[in-house]
Amino acid sequence: MSTTKNAAAQALAGDADIPAAQRLALYRMQYVIRVCEKRAHDLFLQNLVKGTTHLAHGQEAVAAGFAAAMNPDDYSFCTYRGHHHTLARGVGMLPVLGELMGRQCGLMKGKGGSMHLTSVEHGVMGSYAIVGAHLAIAAGAAWSAQYRGTQQVAAAFFGDGATNIGAFHESLNLAAVWKLPVVFVCENNRYMEYTPIREVTAVEHPAADRAAGYGLPRIVIDGNDADVVYRTAREVFAKARAGGGPSLVECLTYRHGGHSRADPAKYRPKEEVEAWMKRDPIVLYRARLLAAGVAEAQLAAIEAETMRTLDEATEQAKGSPPPALESALTDVWADGGASWRN
Amino acid sequence: MAQLSYRDAVAAGIAQEMRRDQRVVLFGEDIAAAEGVFKTTVGLLEEFGPRRVRDTPISELAILGAAMGAAMTGLKPVAEIMFSDFLACCWDYVANQIAKTRYMSDGQVSIPLVIRTANGAGVRFGAQHSQSVENWAMAVPGLKVVAPSNAADAKGLLAAAIRDPDPVLFFEHKGLLAGKAEVPDGEHVEPLGQAKVLRRGNDVTLIALAAMVPCALKAADALVREGIAATVVDVRCLVPLDARTLLAEAARTGRVFTVEENPRLCGWGAEIASIIHEECFSALKQPVVRITTPHVPLPAADRLEDSVLPSPERVASEVRRALGK
Repeated sequence: MSTTKNAAAQALAGDADIPAAQRLALYRMQYVIRVCEKRAHDLFLQNLVKGTTHLAHGQEAVAAGFAAAMNPDDYSFCTYRGHHHTLARGVGMLPVLGELMGRQCGLMKGKGGSMHLTSVEHGVMGSYAIVGAHLAIAAGAAWSAQYRGTQQVAAAFFGDGATNIGAFHESLNLAAVWKLPVVFVCENNRYMEYTPIREVTAVEHPAADRAAGYGLPRIVIDGNDADVVYRTAREVFAKARAGGGPSLVECLTYRHGGHSRADPAKYRPKEEVEAWMKRDPIVLYRARLLAAGVAEAQLAAIEAETMRTLDEATEQAKGSPPPALESALTDVWADGGASWRN
Repeated sequence: MAQLSYRDAVAAGIAQEMRRDQRVVLFGEDIAAAEGVFKTTVGLLEEFGPRRVRDTPISELAILGAAMGAAMTGLKPVAEIMFSDFLACCWDYVANQIAKTRYMSDGQVSIPLVIRTANGAGVRFGAQHSQSVENWAMAVPGLKVVAPSNAADAKGLLAAAIRDPDPVLFFEHKGLLAGKAEVPDGEHVEPLGQAKVLRRGNDVTLIALAAMVPCALKAADALVREGIAATVVDVRCLVPLDARTLLAEAARTGRVFTVEENPRLCGWGAEIASIIHEECFSALKQPVVRITTPHVPLPAADRLEDSVLPSPERVASEVRRALGK
């Protein structure tokens, strides 16, 4: 299969396959993610976000493109760098920021934190902070969908670093053998955490070059182009829904910041950063929309409205009380409690 | 009542639940066509077919990860980890994912699954296929922990575990698989979290789990011939723990012995001893005595393995020593 070629061909052939409204939605979502991640960063500097954050600014196109191709009842499984996928499935900025700030208004009322954003009603089945673990969990959700005879697809998003952990390989094999409707999406941002992925991986493309080992096609795409991502996502989801089994997609992208709050990312060559900043997915997409005839004012309106929502969410989150202390002792068990003895 | 072996009772418990609930699926290494390396899944592929009874690759991470994902999305998976020692391969799923996700998600996610695994020593398999690791699971909030000592409980507690809305680790003891016992006919479900008093005596209380239950019963038989009457309590579930029954039986005799297959440090008996000391100290005539495996990996040779595991003789001698006899 040559998804890369197909996508490139479609991009050259024109944009007719993606309706204008969809493209505006893709732009809006990328913008939402960008400004929300920046706000999370600012709130951290103000000591309002505690612990750590793993921001995804620079990787917005992957999240926006895949989420746009999903049905409401499809499942997303994210990593600790998962704010972007959570927002992309339609979770509001208020519950996300509230969770980062440990407030009652948070998505999980402060019980999970930045690394574990979960919103089942939006299909966000969790953000997993042990590298690679959720690939197998996504496979299980896909198995459940297959067993129940639904058309649901599970998508697992992970970084390049996850391709060297055992769960990646076990999950791909099981998904391929059982032909599960699951899509494994590698966001290759070139750094496993602080270390360049190429220095610790035997192949050039850490995900795609392993696909053959599981009988899957090699798919490498431009992860900074939301249209390319969206088209690819439509293809692999359609294949999964048709019973064609799993796909492994490697999206080439770049993390604009460090691994986490503790990391200023000084190990990255200046030229590399500059080159990738020129390929900022939001700058590129904005230019494309303008070139396609979208009015500057229309984009400015989307941006202004997003900023208003973000500012409101920020103030609301700041004003939200901390969680009730009793909640620390709830929801260990299905009965809502934490009791382990009589 | 029918006489069933422990291993057949496991299969009967799974079959009973698979008949009543289409959401129950069974999978693991060699459990379908081969019917389990311990023959605890005999007949299940034939009755329920390959869609519900599935062989997996040797991929403990994928097995438990898939079980979790399926449980989160509407199924009730029963996953087998062939030997409990192999839980170390997939402990991330047990301790970090399955146990914690309900809590971290503020109750959004339910994970109703059972992890069945062959636990325990006495079959000369050496240090990596013989451990009793139920105490590992007990240390993690969010996991229920069950370890039956006989065929009736193997069926009844397994059925309850499958019906339970929370994740349950179900430890099947390798040394007990061949043992037969009366198992109630028809639907049989034993509630989780209830210890069982198997015999009553007024001199000492022996608290045991899994294969240590028959060990304690044999010790009690020997002691009664010497005029020492022992109560024997089968803990059955470590989580939820029936502390009330344990405390009552401890207070009644004032002399308590835990009989554990775990190595010494942080075996389950330590937690129970702690509860008894804290909550019924005044009723005790002596400190709780823990009878455990010494803090060593398990040796393979029969002579060596037998020497380190608690035996009826060792239990009886510890009791005599405590009583000054």
